[in-house]
Amino acid sequence: MTGPNIPVTEDELHAFVDNELPAERRADVEAWLATHPDDAERVASWRAMAELLHARYDAIADETVPKRLEIERLVQQPRRWIYGAVAATLVAFVAGGSAGWVAHGAAAAPSTFRNFTVDALGAHRLYVVEVRHPVEVAGNERAHLQQWLSKRVGYEIKAPELEAAGLKLVGGRLLPGPEAPAAFFMYESPSGERYTLYTSRAAKADPTQMRYAAQDKDGAMFWADKGVGYVVSGPTDKDRLNQVARQIYDQTEKVGG
Amino acid sequence: MSAFRESVESMIPALRRYARALARDTDIADDLVQDTLVRALRSEKLFIGGDLRSWLYTILTNLNRNRRRSLARKPIFTELFDNNPDASGTEAEGRDISRALAALVEEQRSVLLLVMLEGLSYREVADIQGVPIGTVMSRLARARAHVKAYLDGERPALRAVK
Repeated sequence: MTGPNIPVTEDELHAFVDNELPAERRADVEAWLATHPDDAERVASWRAMAELLHARYDAIADETVPKRLEIERLVQQPRRWIYGAVAATLVAFVAGGSAGWVAHGAAAAPSTFRNFTVDALGAHRLYVVEVRHPVEVAGNERAHLQQWLSKRVGYEIKAPELEAAGLKLVGGRLLPGPEAPAAFFMYESPSGERYTLYTSRAAKADPTQMRYAAQDKDGAMFWADKGVGYVVSGPTDKDRLNQVARQIYDQTEKVGG
Repeated sequence: MSAFRESVESMIPALRRYARALARDTDIADDLVQDTLVRALRSEKLFIGGDLRSWLYTILTNLNRNRRRSLARKPIFTELFDNNPDASGTEAEGRDISRALAALVEEQRSVLLLVMLEGLSYREVADIQGVPIGTVMSRLARARAHVKAYLDGERPALRAVK
């Protein structure tokens, strides 16, 4: 079936390099390469390519495994570990402006995190500056607002109580989201600081740790849970934003997405 | 820790290496690994033997494909620095292997990395991607040709835009 006179195919050259070639054919290929410099050059280039790949990426396998990937952590803290991960990914991307966002996109392809955060921060920036019409339904119609938005987004939503963080519900509105309609709630502190919660279905998103993003003077915390994505946006004070995000997170757990 | 968990744990370094080369972003890569581990651990009871290593690579490959699919409908973010000659000096050589990988379509990049970096057999890669071995081999051949052309300094073939 095989023999020194049977021409070596392209597939065989690859199989030769990858040690997939039947042992009895190896000598034939070696003999072939000795007399076919073009093929020999290609084979050498593939081997060099493998060396380049190892030189570039093997160091990653030698790194200490990040805490958030430790098995014990993943097994024991299915819900609480996301807090611990905040610090690790806090600087997931912090960019100076809209140009920075695009520049970041150069290095990182968009993700659910990105899609949600871009949309949510866009809505946040658009509406927090509104004095007269920041929301469609005002906070004093909370029950109606919750009922309406729950119906439109397809899961039960309660506007979180953020009195403990000094924030009062301004109201909410319906927005288009990355995959489905999004509910948008706005809160305000006595000093006029505004925070918003943007939530929408994220069918494909697995539960993720909280991630932080910033754009100009606005920061956002993203997480996903039970097929729903959440983005809390506000001024870039990370500690404060984290505090608000945690209160919302703890309340969404009770609702059960 | 159970034998299953120990086996999963022993694979984390290799999974991180593969994810980084596949996704080319540290955070996204570790997210992929984390999601892979969460899924694997959740399915511990469902795993009744078989090749754990291949299974983990399969989960990660699929998660990455889903991730890319979900962003296909979003605007493409142009790779600004690729057109910027000043930004090419980060590696010892301007023609970095990671950029060559970036120019490959998803399936080809995955095959190339699983075979050349992770050392999996054609059979294992065929199972991971759910395609015949012949498809794996043609993807590998095309991937190698593209990367070689890129490293040799030819213009990389334009990437198909979905």
